[in-house]
Amino acid sequence: MTNQTSPSLPLNKASFAGSSRLWRRLTAYLFVLPYFLVMLAFGLGPGLYALLLSFADFSTGLPRYFAAGFGNYLAVFKEFRFTFTFVNIGEFLVISVPLGIAMVVILAILLQMRPGPLSTALRTLYFVSGAVTGPVLVLVAIFMLDPSISPFQALLKSMGFQLTNDVIYAGSLPVIFTLIGFFSGAGLWIAIQYGALEAIPTELLEAATIDGANAWQKVLLIKFPLIRPYIIYQFILIFAGNVQLFVEPQILGGGNNLGVGGNVPAVWSPNQLAYNFAFEMGNFGAASALSLILLAIGLGAAYLIIRWTGFFNIEN
Amino acid sequence: MSKIDTLRPDTRPTPLQKWMHFWMRTGSDTGILGFGLRWAVLLLFAAYFFIPMLWLVLATSKSAPQLLEMSPLAFGSFQRIQEAWQRIIEYQNGEVLIWGFNSVRYTIWALALSLIISIPAGYILAVARFPGRRLLLWLTLITMLLPPSALVLPMFMELNLFHLINTQWAVILPSAFFPFGTYLTYIYYASSLPRDLLDAARVDGCSEAELFWHIALPLASPVLGLLAFINFTTNWNNFFGPYVLLNDDRLFNLPVGIQQFVAATSALRPGFNPSPGIMVGYQQAEAALFGLIMVVPVAIVFLFAQRYVIGGAFTGSVKG
Repeated sequence: MTNQTSPSLPLNKASFAGSSRLWRRLTAYLFVLPYFLVMLAFGLGPGLYALLLSFADFSTGLPRYFAAGFGNYLAVFKEFRFTFTFVNIGEFLVISVPLGIAMVVILAILLQMRPGPLSTALRTLYFVSGAVTGPVLVLVAIFMLDPSISPFQALLKSMGFQLTNDVIYAGSLPVIFTLIGFFSGAGLWIAIQYGALEAIPTELLEAATIDGANAWQKVLLIKFPLIRPYIIYQFILIFAGNVQLFVEPQILGGGNNLGVGGNVPAVWSPNQLAYNFAFEMGNFGAASALSLILLAIGLGAAYLIIRWTGFFNIEN
Repeated sequence: MSKIDTLRPDTRPTPLQKWMHFWMRTGSDTGILGFGLRWAVLLLFAAYFFIPMLWLVLATSKSAPQLLEMSPLAFGSFQRIQEAWQRIIEYQNGEVLIWGFNSVRYTIWALALSLIISIPAGYILAVARFPGRRLLLWLTLITMLLPPSALVLPMFMELNLFHLINTQWAVILPSAFFPFGTYLTYIYYASSLPRDLLDAARVDGCSEAELFWHIALPLASPVLGLLAFINFTTNWNNFFGPYVLLNDDRLFNLPVGIQQFVAATSALRPGFNPSPGIMVGYQQAEAALFGLIMVVPVAIVFLFAQRYVIGGAFTGSVKG
């Protein structure tokens, strides 16, 4: 009996599975379609459009596509502020990225070493300051760096600063943007690294304790190597973000003259230069070219790190 | 020397280990030095993060002369806070209320659109296999690493092509693209949704859409919380986008509004001779209160969202 019916069964099963697989695939495409469309419109689209515009000539005000060749890129490199802005952002990156990451990791480790209500309270305190961002952050920074009203005035005055202009000047900007960025951004990363430390299996640490490791040895030899991927992740995002610095120098300088404007160059970062190309000089071609150069730097750094470490979850 | 001896690993401490041992030998755990150092560093940074916020709150209660004369962390008067509030409300006939309303509207639109679009996409990338899937994942990863500010200028030109510049859609539509949301949802489902559960439901006759709605979505609350938090703060604080894409000040959100307020009034330099075109009579208290209007909603969200950041969803996105 069973032998008679069995030959027809696999066939039925196959056709059923085939139509259901087709149906499933169709559903899958329906699920990703809206996402793909917005990605095309607001992720890949602007990028590709910028590429097109970077070869367009804007000397008449309207774009003449492919008329400029590499002229826009040359114009960017020849621009007298090009080197200035890239040296500025370079100084800022050299200071802000290693210092920011080191302090975040140290604070996360110190907090997580001895969990308790006090440690939780401090972590929350660090975290909440992330709510102060953008223009408000710059506003707070201006107040904090004004020796006449700052709560840190004793410190500022002991360093010999009497006026805001003594504190905020072209040479101090990389340090100031580092302090500002750390104030606003560190809390989130401390929480992320804290979460990574929490995820370390307790058996591992207990075994180390039994073997006679003290707290500092556990940090250096176990915890630190295990959270390395998250540190790399932080590096990628911080680097890509900091290359694009715009809001802080634009509000501090940028011709807004917030009482400190005289001391801060109107165009300080490369992203401001791109903005300046587009909206002050009307040269959208050069603006696109510069945006793409910045994009390439951020992506290049990310790509190298992904290749070296191969840690992003994109398998199977 | 016997063979056993040569095979034995070298257990003599290196100079660095000796040095470390010296400093760490006190106490059984971190040592006295470690204890003191730990608290010194933690409290120093607590001051760094807390004092500016405390100052911002207290500054709303002081007049410009009081800010100079009183101790920086002293309280002025409630009356001064009320005055500052009054002045802000009166600024440009209540424009701050419009900006606040715009901020809320843009943020809610962005939150709704981006989550509705990115969560189903992340889910299906995790559970289904179809041609183009890997490409989509790679594009997600790449666009995720692009800071939004990198795309603002090209976006301006693109939106200009469709005559959307200086409309609310110039801010809302781009925010619908949230690659980080898709990526995190993908990782979450790929690592924690049991396939057997889905197969069992399929046998029971669940359609693919029903699987998502009845099984996957209810399991997603940890990742949903994290995504909502990141999305909310990103969009609430969005400055570069609206700054470039909007000219009409009645369309501004709070970040662009506060920038304009500070630039157009004497709020930051009440003691100086005003330059022409600057509105006088505004003091630091007004600027500080304005800042607080923008910060307080986010601070409340931050307080509730911390557990989502520490919980495993975020750390799951990176290979251990």
